[in-house]
Amino acid sequence: MSLWEYANPKKFMETTGWLLPWLTALTALTLGGGLVWGFFLTPDADRFGSTVKILYVHVPSAFIAINAWVMMLVTSLIWLVRRHHVSVLAARAAAPVGMVMTLIALFTGAVWGEPMWGTWWAWDPRLTAFLILFLFYLGYLALWAAIENPDTAADLTSVLCLVGSVFAFLSRYAVYFWAQGLHQGASLSVDRAQHVADVYAYPLWLTMAGFVFLFLTLVFVRTRTEIRARRLSALVARERKAA
Amino acid sequence: MPDLGHYEMTVLLAWGGTLLALAGLIGQTLWRASEVRRALQAQEARSQSDRATERATERAADRATEQAGGNG
Repeated sequence: MSLWEYANPKKFMETTGWLLPWLTALTALTLGGGLVWGFFLTPDADRFGSTVKILYVHVPSAFIAINAWVMMLVTSLIWLVRRHHVSVLAARAAAPVGMVMTLIALFTGAVWGEPMWGTWWAWDPRLTAFLILFLFYLGYLALWAAIENPDTAADLTSVLCLVGSVFAFLSRYAVYFWAQGLHQGASLSVDRAQHVADVYAYPLWLTMAGFVFLFLTLVFVRTRTEIRARRLSALVARERKAA
Repeated sequence: MPDLGHYEMTVLLAWGGTLLALAGLIGQTLWRASEVRRALQAQEARSQSDRATERATERAADRATEQAGGNG
């Protein structure tokens, strides 16, 4: 069996059809569990007080915001090289999810920054890269909406995705490239010295898993919708031609 | 509800905004999925009935041709 079988819309619909109920249940369990654990059952931190609870919505949303673009990059490259329609439709499906996650990360970061840094916003490398990533998401969606021919739209949005990947990469690594700015390093790290305490880390891992499953669920549902929308426009076009 | 102390508004604003955005995203995803599915089902039903009408018309035309041949 080859991975390319899933480039067949029929095979993709069949597989995601039986996978989705399980994925939805897993999302509800991990996301619900992680958020409840993080909000109700974690203690206040010495330095940050109860604002430490913002970690459970800020870190996973930022993680998905970056990795949604990485997923779009991979699927766009598959489109450019192998011309598989399902892959570019998956990229299109992931974009609104990534955009909302970027918005959540920016919003929760600003809300947290006001009492902790004394400002809602700073032109810090990581924050700025994230803002530009958000603008790239907007541009990507606007480009899809602006071009009527679906294959031309797929080509141009894929190229835009390649360019925007620089900012997705910078959003993650700007902290290391420029040793300046307000934003701290990673909250979860293999390096124990950087890692948050276990009492915060365990619910954070669970919430991260919940956000990943939520992303997959939403992308599968939205890709199925895009495939159906393509079939609908093909049928309408055929009917117009016959009339 | 846990005691959020001095930062109550900050934490509630961040969590409230996040949950609202996630609910909006999930709601929009499900709404569009159901709209497109319904429209596709209606279109497929229409296409099928058009094809059935076309086939019936062709069969009727064939019968008429055969009858005309027999009479002639």
